[in-house]
Amino acid sequence: MSKAVKFTGTESYITTRDLEIAVNAAMTLERPLLVKGEPGTGKTVLAREVATALGMPLIEWHVKSTTKAAQGLYEYDAVARLRDGQLGEAKVHDIANYIVRGKLWEAFTADSQVVLLIDEIDKADIEFPNDLLQELDRMEFFVYETKEVVKAKVRPLVIITSNNEKELPDAFLRRCFFHFIRFPDRTTMERIVASHYPNIKHDLVREALNLFFDIREVPGLKKKPATSELLDWLKLLMVDDIPAEILKSNDPKLVVPPLYGALLKNEQDVHLFERVAFLARRGQ
Amino acid sequence: MFAGFITSLRNEGVLVSLTEYLTLLKAMKHQVAVLDVEDFYYLARATLVKDERLVDRFDRVFALYFQGIASISEDLLAEIPDEWLKKLAEKYLSPEEMAAIQGLGGFEKLMETLRERLQEQKGRHQGGSKWIGTAGTSPFGAYGYNPEGVRIGQKESRHRRAVKVWDKREFRDLDGEVELGTRGIKLALRRLRRWGREGEANELDLGGTIRATAANGGVLDLHLRPERRNKVKVLLLLDIGGSMDDHIEESAQLFSAAKSEFKHLETFYFHNCPYEKLWRSNRRRHDDFTPTTQVMNTYGPDWCLIIVGDATMSPYEISHAGGSVEHWNEESGAVWMGRLLKHYPKSAWINPRDTQHWGYTASLKLLKQMMGERMFPLTLDGLDGALKELRRPH
Repeated sequence: MSKAVKFTGTESYITTRDLEIAVNAAMTLERPLLVKGEPGTGKTVLAREVATALGMPLIEWHVKSTTKAAQGLYEYDAVARLRDGQLGEAKVHDIANYIVRGKLWEAFTADSQVVLLIDEIDKADIEFPNDLLQELDRMEFFVYETKEVVKAKVRPLVIITSNNEKELPDAFLRRCFFHFIRFPDRTTMERIVASHYPNIKHDLVREALNLFFDIREVPGLKKKPATSELLDWLKLLMVDDIPAEILKSNDPKLVVPPLYGALLKNEQDVHLFERVAFLARRGQ
Repeated sequence: MFAGFITSLRNEGVLVSLTEYLTLLKAMKHQVAVLDVEDFYYLARATLVKDERLVDRFDRVFALYFQGIASISEDLLAEIPDEWLKKLAEKYLSPEEMAAIQGLGGFEKLMETLRERLQEQKGRHQGGSKWIGTAGTSPFGAYGYNPEGVRIGQKESRHRRAVKVWDKREFRDLDGEVELGTRGIKLALRRLRRWGREGEANELDLGGTIRATAANGGVLDLHLRPERRNKVKVLLLLDIGGSMDDHIEESAQLFSAAKSEFKHLETFYFHNCPYEKLWRSNRRRHDDFTPTTQVMNTYGPDWCLIIVGDATMSPYEISHAGGSVEHWNEESGAVWMGRLLKHYPKSAWINPRDTQHWGYTASLKLLKQMMGERMFPLTLDGLDGALKELRRPH
């Protein structure tokens, strides 16, 4: 009944038990898994890690605001055909020559099970998820131009990520499993850091994490730094060999932490942080 | 197997569908989670809850259902002041019952009976709909069926200008799904559409193609252009609670229509007058708020500001620091209104109160003055006026 293969995270990707259950449920019942969470908490990486862990190929479909659902299935390149018609090419007689396959088609026709990542589904038009309902439910679709039905040989494991920019339709949600990646707590964060940088100095991690969680507490930040920012920042600290003491120094000239550019991504946030930090230190 | 659990979830507003229930059963059959409550909890959560805002409610129901505790009224009552309970008792128990209870064991006994009463009452009106009562008969509004909730010194504040409100009750979020009667409002909101062609050129420009092909001597020359999109951005601030309870329905309709009409719509709530804090959800208004400065920082002056409120309060709530009924505000409502209006040149106030009462409320006149006459009634004509105002070039 249940498949032998179970996802339990990888060396470089620390999972929580709830995430494992969600992935395994999606895999067993062959239904899409919808992953939400703050930007930078590893939604997209999850699909890659699942693919690696299970030894499946990964097909990525990155959604943009102009992406149409039909593009995931196939596109009929009428313009190319018109042009070929004017030039008198022979292949113009077969319409199949002008059907460009999309990511879903690719995933459906793969010989072994693949992981299909539909990244940032909320970026597209409001109707986008509705247009994919049938296709994801039955894992088949009809090609109008050639009158053929494309049906999944092996149902792919579909992982969908969303940044909550738009509400997804109910009918779509009903068909998915859902997981919200919570921002990791300190212990998990330490494990994540350790898995990425096994050789990092302990006191540096401690001070950096202190500072990092402090920055996240600053009210009114446009974009709170998340896991990916922390990892980038630690890497920079290591490359520049910054000692841990600097991070906890109370020197007023060093209000803003070194290499803050990796953590705070826009100037309003930097200004805000400078102000808050300045007030805090003056108060001490 | 878990039909009771599903029903409890639905009663609490986590609208689980049959499909999802069957999915859960199937997953159990396939042994995704075996012999472990925690695993089962995670599985059920991934299957049944599709919105992180509902997870908290799910957790509550899960805890109750799987520990066999049948009611949550207990902790709801925990924070209710005694005075209010006494007052409630007068409402719910007949004088004879009161006398009988007094005879039995006095106040304690009275409270106990009342508690039972309240629980019954809760069960009755809850009846499969949302946990927060739908028609203003939630236990918290039960005070003479006055939807305002608790007020200490009720007698003096019949006209809803009490200076301090006991406001711990949960407020209803405006329901974005009311579709009834919103058509007219939607049509009015269309006025605010500002079409712009932006983004990738992916629509066939037929006229342009014909022109270009003709100019090209009959050889096809395709022209594409970007699609038309509604570019307008709307920041909606909704007054909620207190005197606004009378206007819930209209406001909900407006909100629902706006939600489907504008692609860029951000909604925040406030109480009576915007101060330094706004909040996105009413349920968590006490611990989850957004500073007004942050809202202004995030949404620039190109957004249209629409405030919906009845502007009916004590004038101090606008003019004086510390005048708010809910908290201590360092700066007066007028200061914050001034900031908002300065930041958003395109703004309008939509007032659900009947225009014929506008002249009688000091706070309303004050705000109208501040808005520079950009206050409009919540009628189709009023909306039209407001949207015309927003469209006016600034």
